[in-house]
Amino acid sequence: MTNKINDNSVGIVKSKTVEIKQNLKLDCGKDLKNFSLVYETYGELNSEKNNAILICHALSGDHHAAGYYNIDDRKPGWWDSCIGPGKPFDTNKFFIVSLNNLGGCMGSTGPNTINSETGLEYGPDFPIVTVNDWVNSQKLLADYLNINKWACVIGGSLGGMQALQWTISYPDKIKNAIVIASAAKLSAQNIAFNEVARQAIITDPEFHDGRYNNYNVVPKRGLSIARMLGHITYLSDDSMRQKFGRDLREGKLHFGYDVDFQVESYLRYQAQAFVERFDANTYLLMTKALDYFDPAKEYDDDLSKAFQNTKSRYLVVSFTSDWRFSSSKSHEIVKSLVKARKNVSYSEIEANHGHDAFLMPIPQYLEVLRNFMENV
Amino acid sequence: MDRKDFKIISEWIKKDSTVLDLGCGDSTLLKYLIVNKNVSGYGFEKNIQKVQESIKKNINVIQADFNIGLEKYFNSNFFDYAIMTQALQENKNPDHIILEMLRVAREGIVTFPNMGFWRNRFQLGFLGRMPVSNALPNDWYNTPNIHLCTFSDFENLCKSLEITIIEKKVLNDKYSSNFLAKLLPNLFGEIALYKFKKE
Repeated sequence: MTNKINDNSVGIVKSKTVEIKQNLKLDCGKDLKNFSLVYETYGELNSEKNNAILICHALSGDHHAAGYYNIDDRKPGWWDSCIGPGKPFDTNKFFIVSLNNLGGCMGSTGPNTINSETGLEYGPDFPIVTVNDWVNSQKLLADYLNINKWACVIGGSLGGMQALQWTISYPDKIKNAIVIASAAKLSAQNIAFNEVARQAIITDPEFHDGRYNNYNVVPKRGLSIARMLGHITYLSDDSMRQKFGRDLREGKLHFGYDVDFQVESYLRYQAQAFVERFDANTYLLMTKALDYFDPAKEYDDDLSKAFQNTKSRYLVVSFTSDWRFSSSKSHEIVKSLVKARKNVSYSEIEANHGHDAFLMPIPQYLEVLRNFMENV
Repeated sequence: MDRKDFKIISEWIKKDSTVLDLGCGDSTLLKYLIVNKNVSGYGFEKNIQKVQESIKKNINVIQADFNIGLEKYFNSNFFDYAIMTQALQENKNPDHIILEMLRVAREGIVTFPNMGFWRNRFQLGFLGRMPVSNALPNDWYNTPNIHLCTFSDFENLCKSLEITIIEKKVLNDKYSSNFLAKLLPNLFGEIALYKFKKE
């Protein structure tokens, strides 16, 4: 079937790789002498080069944000609902760049790529990178693409943190920022969830201190449990009730410890699919990047001071049922932006999908994005 | 665009000042003040449709209900003016919101419909029905107006809160003023605009 690739899809896309032969000084003190970034682009860069948008992915995302790799692809990119001709991030108007961040496992330099200095896979030796490091690496990608200033940097969750960091690190290189279901720092509860996920992975007997590839195994159980836990926190009680209720998979209880309820089956399926596509070391690294993000720290813990020199217009969006990145986290961002007298609009979208709402085609949400983008 | 009440508010406001518009609707007033007085500031609006229109107009808007409080977003003495047009009567605690307006801003401006307008008095006093008019279009059971007052009531409240009224203008429902409304505002004025500050 080819008709699934609609007129409002970016169609068939191909990822590209850039090797950046420049030293990147990381927050942890180490250097990356050179590195590769995998990315995709949608739409055309105009001659003034002022229509470029950067999409930043979240914890388990990657560069494949829109379109299909081939006609038989089952699913489009992860944000296909928003990217395409006539969609909120309109490829008729904008040149959209989406990359796999450093430390990722979808082709950019990370734990499962070869360290050119040693000739061996990085594995657990890949340095822990931060949101700030990512933004610096994205800046080098922008330079390579001849983009002097982003018309907009956009991200949800961990991606929203990158958008915030862009406005702070490179105030002259970004005109607008869209920060969705995000936070200026994680709460203790959030860090706690990440720690449970990490412990699940690290204590898996097949983790082998992160060198599982040397043993030709994968810490499947740990990574599965990490994903299951994560997944529960991305949904809401309401959405789980609606989706599964207490429905039984085979219509009866088995009085055993295998799957009885649909929700168990779903979680196992999600975990299985995740283990097949994702790398455990990358998962560890991404959760640390989340935990460490706290741009106010360098500014006496005053977030408004961190925003003082920013020049962007901001759109902040949260969702009513999101408890992993609750609206109060967005309120904190908005309050600090207001205190710094910055241009900001905030919308709290009614949605019962939990944190995952930011990936859903919720009409009011898409409309907010569309309305904001009209003035980008 | 040139609504009389907007014009009056605009005249009451200094150029280049900072403004908070509580219940800003689709931000028509904010846009007017930006164009005419080069103000900067934010709108506060709970209705998502109105928020959408404000964002489309490129106005800073915060989607929130002011009944939950302004302290979540605004520090004290942050704005030159806090404005609330035709929304005072929708507040759970009008007295509290007026004080909040004067916490976040130097001066407050409100507009609201007058329950003491003669037609309203007539409907309630002679017909025995809750007043319905152009300024108060809803029936009692579906009105968002839970705290209606007369001009006199408002002025008494200001007195008890130690708030000074700096300016006052009374208009009819077409947003124009007339002789009778000037003479006996609490009887013939339908909509009032007040500018006030802490004593």
